Amino acid sequence: MTGLNALLRTTPGQTIGPYLGQGLPFTGDNQLVPHGTTGAICLHGVVYDGNGAPIEDALVEIWQAAPDGTVAQAAGSLDRDGWTFTGWGRAACDRTGEYSFTTVLPGATEDGKPPFFAVVVFARGLLDKLFTRIYLPGHPANTADPLLCSLDEAQRATLVATEDAVGHLRFDIYLQGDRETVFLRHG
Amino acid sequence: MTVTPVPVLSGWEAETLTQADIVAEIAALASHDAVEGAPQTRTNYPPYRSSILRHPTKELRYADPETIELWSPCFSERDVHPLEADLTLGAHHGWNSQVTGQPIGERITVSGRVLDGDGRPVVGQLVEVWQANAAGRYVHKNEQHDAPIDPNFAGIGRCITGSDGSYWFQTIKPGPYPWGNHRNAWRPAHIHFSFFGREFTQRLITQMYFPGDPLFALDPIYHSISDLQDRNALVAAYDHELSVPEHSLGFRWDVVLSGPNRTWMEEA
Repeated sequence: MTGLNALLRTTPGQTIGPYLGQGLPFTGDNQLVPHGTTGAICLHGVVYDGNGAPIEDALVEIWQAAPDGTVAQAAGSLDRDGWTFTGWGRAACDRTGEYSFTTVLPGATEDGKPPFFAVVVFARGLLDKLFTRIYLPGHPANTADPLLCSLDEAQRATLVATEDAVGHLRFDIYLQGDRETVFLRHG
Repeated sequence: MTVTPVPVLSGWEAETLTQADIVAEIAALASHDAVEGAPQTRTNYPPYRSSILRHPTKELRYADPETIELWSPCFSERDVHPLEADLTLGAHHGWNSQVTGQPIGERITVSGRVLDGDGRPVVGQLVEVWQANAAGRYVHKNEQHDAPIDPNFAGIGRCITGSDGSYWFQTIKPGPYPWGNHRNAWRPAHIHFSFFGREFTQRLITQMYFPGDPLFALDPIYHSISDLQDRNALVAAYDHELSVPEHSLGFRWDVVLSGPNRTWMEEA
């Protein structure tokens, strides 16, 4: 863990502010695969504040392995060619606080470990980024995952997507409150 | 968990809350006791009223980074045209302009290096910027400040870091702008920056400020950072070496991302 002995002090974060829509969204940002791709799913949800109100000026980014568990190291996320899987996507919330991605299910990067989407959340009013994970509902390896096992049932539920009737994955993000999402630090 | 009542900002409060009130709140939260053990950037920082309902109340939970978190998405020149680093050209993606003119304002260069915590350059990674124009106006549908729009300035740019971790933008100096946190609230001039590191855990969005801004003392967003040294790390330095004769003034700003967590090997 070289990070613990880092020589230089980390530059602090600041809020993304209200004008994230000016600089960050781009065409195809939330489409890790084109609509209609075999195995494509919709991953979506709403970002909520402490009063349960949706946040329309939040931004969600996901980073994931390919279905076979490999980690893509291909450029082209900002100018997608429809063939190259880059594993990364960005979605600004709409006026109802909803974000959505068109993607494929991530595979496990190691045998016996559960796959998940790595997530980072930004918003106006949120002074620094928040990391979390979206685990897949009912995945058998979830029961042995050190993070999930360290949480009580209610906390654990905040990190696992739910599957709706048409097979879409839903993952709501609560910045605060009774259903507050478990947010992570890695160092 | 202790649940504290959450003050909710009403329109009435926004009208009556003064700058002096906010400065007093900032001072109260700057005491040693308040800062002790606080994170670098305090997400729970009530002087910034919008943070009240938008910060987690539970401590961040430590998780060993897994494989996917130890790698970062990959960007390259394929993603970003070199001209996107020059915001004075109006050549940014998606900016449908019939630009022929120069944006109004003080033309500046902002350049620096992106490093990890061990001082190694972050090579070939994406840097994105967005900012207000010289009059303090953003190009955004929610912008309500009635300062003039500059038809020759979109205020968005991108670049890919070089082999030494360096980035470079040419732009115009953004103006301060008013906001609704309290009566007569003004943000110090700043440029929004977004960085990717070598690992997903290094992701950073922050704001770069300009040296000597008189609004620093009044700004709750700037003061959400507990430590003066950390606040200073967000302030660029005037750098005469980056100034171009008869053309522009230069500012240098280096950035350090967290980590690394992953064992680092020489890049091929």
